[in-house]
Amino acid sequence: MRIVVDLNRCQGYAQCVYLAHEVFRLSGQEALTYEPNPDDARRLQVERAAAACPVQAIMIDRLDGTERGEAS
Amino acid sequence: MSLPATVAELVREFRAGARIVIVGASLAGLRAAETLREEGFTGSLTIIGDEPYEPYDRPPLSKQVLKGWVPADHTKLPRTREVNADWRLGVAAVGLDRITKRVRLADGEQVPYDRLLIATGTRARQWPNPAEAALEGVHTIRSRDDAAELQKELAESPSRVVVIGAGFIGSEVASVCRELDIPVTVVERGPAPLVGALGGVIGEIAAQMQRDHGVDLRCGLGVSSLEGDSGGHVRRAHLSDGTVVDADVVVASLGSIRNVEWLEGSGLAAGVWGVGCDAGGRAFDINGVVTDSIFVAGDVARAPHVLYEYQFLAMEHWDNAVLGAEVAAHNMVNLEPNYRPHLLLPGFWSGQFGVNIKSVGVPPFGDEIVFTQGSVADRSFAAAYGHRGRIVAAVTFDHGKWLEYYGKLIERSGPFPPPPSGWDQPADTKPVPAEFPDPRVPTAIPDVVLTGHAPSERTAEFRPRRH
Repeated sequence: MRIVVDLNRCQGYAQCVYLAHEVFRLSGQEALTYEPNPDDARRLQVERAAAACPVQAIMIDRLDGTERGEAS
Repeated sequence: MSLPATVAELVREFRAGARIVIVGASLAGLRAAETLREEGFTGSLTIIGDEPYEPYDRPPLSKQVLKGWVPADHTKLPRTREVNADWRLGVAAVGLDRITKRVRLADGEQVPYDRLLIATGTRARQWPNPAEAALEGVHTIRSRDDAAELQKELAESPSRVVVIGAGFIGSEVASVCRELDIPVTVVERGPAPLVGALGGVIGEIAAQMQRDHGVDLRCGLGVSSLEGDSGGHVRRAHLSDGTVVDADVVVASLGSIRNVEWLEGSGLAAGVWGVGCDAGGRAFDINGVVTDSIFVAGDVARAPHVLYEYQFLAMEHWDNAVLGAEVAAHNMVNLEPNYRPHLLLPGFWSGQFGVNIKSVGVPPFGDEIVFTQGSVADRSFAAAYGHRGRIVAAVTFDHGKWLEYYGKLIERSGPFPPPPSGWDQPADTKPVPAEFPDPRVPTAIPDVVLTGHAPSERTAEFRPRRH
């Protein structure tokens, strides 16, 4: 699956790290890094992390799981 | 038929059957394509990109990708919707003919358009000596392939990495090297890291941070040459003070060059700072007259900003690409009075040495800085930049939650120094000079000359300096 985090919006609350630590990591107190194309097996975790983000900074691909009729 | 009905009819017809071409298949190009479809554009859409890859996200490349955690090809951008575009990937646009309304591609094909979006972005400035730049182990970092190649060499535990240029990318590369326990020397021509973006006061804090993490930081110096071995692999960097640094990997992080060469002869206001456009993304022609069919978005765009005395700002920021593309795309399929402005308060972030550096506004627009919250010693603070008694920007180190507070002040043209936030104030809140370098050096801007004698012939022409 594909995600992107708007790191301008992210304020380092780290809820995503609690819910999906294989996908989201904090470097130090506040700098978030993440795996932008995590394995599909993580989908539920990542969806929960996105829902829990207090500033709603995590965007999940809306085409995931559908046929891509274009460049892949 | 009344005039408004005619305009509405025009818009409807355009959305149903026109041809839109987007040049640039990265973040701005993708978000523009999605917005066009979202706005009800059902005509033909072509997206041209010089890289062979579908749109991917660049910020992770100098961070989690270099570190070896995330593979470079795991950066594909999520989609907000299907765009049903004709993707021409791996072929660059090399020319624009505004008379026949065609984009010329490197393979000779010509793609006709009714509306064109220029989103060609920037590329990394290469090490200026081509023979030295071609040595094995000499890198720049901008693309997926760049990051993959550099990551591979970092994973082989080089004896030392030399980073030339301590802007954000250079500093992030140095940070990754230290995280991987690789010895790293950073050579910066200016007095400290990040000086161009954040000024000398913050630069000094960044310098101390680098040294505390074991970076061999050499400021006020340049690299005069790179030396390779008989196998063509870089082994040494000669610095301008005569010292020599042994290294197996050299990363030139010398800033970026805007991809405007393909527009030469097009008659657009394109130059070293990008393509001039209005706040709605409509490109200016060389005379400063706005065009109706050509739009610009992302790193390559420069537009007047109302908050900054209508100066033309070029912003190489992630949210500028997203929001600028959305505005330009909206305006491409609408007509006055339904145009929207792109009035973004600029913002960026950089994770380095375990610290989250974020900024809002335009720091180099300020000439004074004041620390407003937190502690410099702990590298956890907020500072505001001022210009003529007005707050114009703010920077935070691990204090990102407060950035919104300063953003609101900047948007309202609040006073400088800003009113106390009521929390976590340092003892010393006296503004000091922010110490930005003279923006006129070292980059020379092209000359603009006026030509023609009669008013009807009068026109402007760029004469780029060759140097």
